[in-house]
Amino acid sequence: MRPVYMISGGITKFTKAEPRKSFRVMVKEAFDYAMRDCLKLTRERIDGTVVSYFSDHFTRQLKAGVMAVDMCGLVPKPTIRVEGGGATGGLCFQEAWRHVASGWLDCVVAMGFETMSHVNTWKGNEFIALASDTNFDYPVGGFYTGYYAMMVVRHMHEFGTTVEQLAQVSVKNHRNALHNRWAQHHYDLTIEDVRRSPMVSYPLTMLDICTMSDGAAVAILASEEVAEQVCANPVRVLGVGMGSDAMRMADRPHGEVILLKHEDPKWYKGLKYPGVHSFRAGRMACKMAYEKARIEDPREDLDFVELHDAYTSSEIQTYEDMGLCKYGDGGKFIEQGQPELTGMIPVNPSGGLIACGHPVGATGLMQAVFAFWQLQGTIAKHNEGDGYIQVKQKKGPGRRRMRGAIHSHAGTGTYVTVSILVSTR
Amino acid sequence: MAKKNPAGKRSAQGPKPAYGKVRLAETDIGTTVFRTDPLIVKDHYEIDYIHSYAEDSRFFRDLTEGKLSGSECTGCGYRFATPRAYCMECGAATRWIELPLEGRVHTWTTCYFGSEAFLKETPFNLALIEFEGVNTLLLTRLIGATEKEIRVGMPVKAKFRRLAQFKPTDVYFVPAEKP
Repeated sequence: MRPVYMISGGITKFTKAEPRKSFRVMVKEAFDYAMRDCLKLTRERIDGTVVSYFSDHFTRQLKAGVMAVDMCGLVPKPTIRVEGGGATGGLCFQEAWRHVASGWLDCVVAMGFETMSHVNTWKGNEFIALASDTNFDYPVGGFYTGYYAMMVVRHMHEFGTTVEQLAQVSVKNHRNALHNRWAQHHYDLTIEDVRRSPMVSYPLTMLDICTMSDGAAVAILASEEVAEQVCANPVRVLGVGMGSDAMRMADRPHGEVILLKHEDPKWYKGLKYPGVHSFRAGRMACKMAYEKARIEDPREDLDFVELHDAYTSSEIQTYEDMGLCKYGDGGKFIEQGQPELTGMIPVNPSGGLIACGHPVGATGLMQAVFAFWQLQGTIAKHNEGDGYIQVKQKKGPGRRRMRGAIHSHAGTGTYVTVSILVSTR
Repeated sequence: MAKKNPAGKRSAQGPKPAYGKVRLAETDIGTTVFRTDPLIVKDHYEIDYIHSYAEDSRFFRDLTEGKLSGSECTGCGYRFATPRAYCMECGAATRWIELPLEGRVHTWTTCYFGSEAFLKETPFNLALIEFEGVNTLLLTRLIGATEKEIRVGMPVKAKFRRLAQFKPTDVYFVPAEKP
């Protein structure tokens, strides 16, 4: 595998409903934004595309991928559609990475979108729930928030996690997004606001959960040669990892923790893993990505993380899967302010899915774009001059270049991708 | 309904060709319009699937006889509370086993909202049930206890619909003791 660089990115402002633009035009606008930010790159130099959107039901247009591609003027070049639930965007990013890393193509555009406003929210929940076992899960629960609620109830039982700790994640992510013009929601909240909002599925309230959105995002990846020629400030993809788990939450085993390099097996004596409280796919994806990127201890070697916080609870669960804290300590981790902008490792400086929105096929690519801007140091440039959420590189002896991780997650933890990006500045 | 004059056919009045005068028959079907700029219309879609439960069929048939069926791996002995044809741990084929009708709540929630198909049933409780000697869980509805009463570890027992719907909700669980 050869080195791969991200050389540009673009997004549309995520919004509840964008009836004035079809998914094709949204992708085109994100693509144009990326092209304007990398002026030396011409359309001729692009060798192909990977397109991601989650649900044919939302789009009600099969084979929609090529419609985004033809709108961008990128036919007759190779293109492929990638789908994997909530991780669709992350999978798209990694597929584009494989296209370039393998040497098959030199410059590839990863483009993703979702237009979820085309049905009402409750119908949308039904479509999303069809991404659970339709023999045994969908007819009983039919509701992803219900599944996540059961997971966090068990997390609370195992580890003593509290609803206030969940709410704190929502407060943090929304507060970060106050300084992100691309975010769907700009709310200044308190823990009480989160707890007082309508209960959706105990213990998760409306403000513990991301919303449905319309939007698109684009990430352009290239070989070293192309990156050197067209981009003054590229970001290298240092390592990618991926994991999977059984579709049915009920099938998850109760075995031993998959350990990261910095972890001690003594920490987890008697813990049955992953059960329904942890995401084995997320842990597997991290382990693989960290090994490829030579991350010894993510708490020290990463400067920030953009992770898939579809629920406040899954952000807490993911701190643990990613090794940012021990399994069981996720609640305390947020309570102590560790993932805040000023904490040990900023998590979701963009505001995450909870504040930015979750147009599924675009979400994982949105994370890549925010991480790209962070590592370039160009947040303010893309954010109307507001650089408040620009993460500073960690200081210390022997520090290498600034690094960030992006984490995309599907189902009840069925597909998870983790990609590590590093600045070249 | 009146029979329409098919386009392109000569009129009954005479042999005159219809060039330039053909038109589609008008209908009263119309379209529901929500907005005109941008133009947003209602687009209906519905489908009946011919869904086979295939290798899982026996589970649903057994529910009608008051039996709860799971799977046991013929290779490694792993026992699944939700049936599956092949073992997730070792890949060997499984055989059917009968599960106990009593278990415990492994985790649970109360849903106040849901997807459209289940909105009218809210609020409802979901629970994952653990069984003695079985390695995995079963997703089910739990009735007869409120959000305030349900707890992890609570003993529960299976009940079955008398008139089966051939859905996994033909079995549901209730508290085995007074909550």
